[in-house]
Amino acid sequence: MERHLDQELSDLKRELLRMGILVQTAIFESIEALKDLDSERANKLIKDDKVIDELENAIDERCLDLLALRQPLAVDLRFITMSMKISTDLERIADLAVDIAQRVLDLVGKPLIKPLVTIPKLTSLAQTMVKDALDSFVNKDVPLARKVILLDSEADKLRNLVQKELIEDYMSKDLSAAPRAVPLLLIARHLERICDHATNIAEDVIYMVNAKIVKHHPERLK
Amino acid sequence: MIRQLNAFYTDKEVLKGINIDILSNSVTAIIGPSGCGKSTFIRSLNRINDLIPGFRITGEVIYRDKNIYDKDVDVDDLRRRIGMVFQKPNPFPKSIYENIAYGLRIYGINEKQKLDEAVESSLKKAALWDEVKDNLNRNALTLSGGQQQRLCIARALATEPDVLLLDEPCSATDPISTAKIEELIYQLKQNYTIVIVTHNMQQAARVSDQAGFFMLGELIEFGKTEDIFKAPKDKRTEDYITGRFG
Repeated sequence: MERHLDQELSDLKRELLRMGILVQTAIFESIEALKDLDSERANKLIKDDKVIDELENAIDERCLDLLALRQPLAVDLRFITMSMKISTDLERIADLAVDIAQRVLDLVGKPLIKPLVTIPKLTSLAQTMVKDALDSFVNKDVPLARKVILLDSEADKLRNLVQKELIEDYMSKDLSAAPRAVPLLLIARHLERICDHATNIAEDVIYMVNAKIVKHHPERLK
Repeated sequence: MIRQLNAFYTDKEVLKGINIDILSNSVTAIIGPSGCGKSTFIRSLNRINDLIPGFRITGEVIYRDKNIYDKDVDVDDLRRRIGMVFQKPNPFPKSIYENIAYGLRIYGINEKQKLDEAVESSLKKAALWDEVKDNLNRNALTLSGGQQQRLCIARALATEPDVLLLDEPCSATDPISTAKIEELIYQLKQNYTIVIVTHNMQQAARVSDQAGFFMLGELIEFGKTEDIFKAPKDKRTEDYITGRFG
């Protein structure tokens, strides 16, 4: 039986995907701004973040309306509550893209301390994880969500590697390198946090589909 | 404890091999579409169905270590200990006081002081005392629907049962009365075992500890209420509680 609620849930999903696309664009723009140390691009991204903030509010309100008016249960209840959590994670990812843009502004006018090698790898991992997390949400794809979660440790490793390189090879030898090294350290930290939020989304997808809580319980992924 | 319960109206099988363990001092909700057998089920728990011509049952309903369908069971005594409240409030056309005292007199209690105490205590347990204490001689039919239903609960409590069967007790009450009855159910479960049949999914979710979903005379799924409403295991349960059924 086709339900009126199905249309509302499909609208909610579409809205969340729209937010997902904007967030993926924000990550992309922040990375492009970093590559070229492009202040104009960085500033535009910072300004555009407002749209994502508003979208988060709109999605939350839509979810609260559905909870209050439709009193959803079971799979519908899980979809709506997880949508609220996913929108929060997406908004945080967008904020981290803004943080990266701000670090880019700190770096503008200063030559890069070293060619970027590990940060692009971390960037590409973050983009893959966010994309796969969103795809797992759209397609209710638990194996893909599981793959995202398992990639998180890779992000931690790459961030640690960036830290090690910048601290041991540059900052510990020459403190005056700090203004050029610290923004890169922070960017690696922001990218790793983006991966954490993608992991949260993937964990929420597994709960949405299977009603199984895997957050803080990696052993349940097996 | 219900074991392999089958029920028939003449030749038609309306309950098929039901097995449920009803926990004491908790609320068990029975949900399911019209005609699924949920009312037949709850009415089998105190043998009210015995009164229906052609009704027949196989299997066991174990209460206090004994099958209530054994030949030597005193059915009047059984119904005193397993009380029932029906869909539509059905107070006697008598005073509030007499509605409660009536049943007790049948069981041989005639002493005025004892009756007074039982009336007060039952009305208090049913959260109705404060609303009616100033005029217990008032005709019960002048009470509101919600008050009448709580009076019926008080009447069932007067004979000191330990199980209360509620067959859609709020289907004819307004939201405020419904909320009062639900609050009452929550309080009563400390001292009674309650089984409630309800069409209202949200009500089952609000008041019960365990829930069972019936369909076409079968128990499809039984479990903790939070599991049934958050993550039912059977697709048919999910389709029903999310309104996809049909």
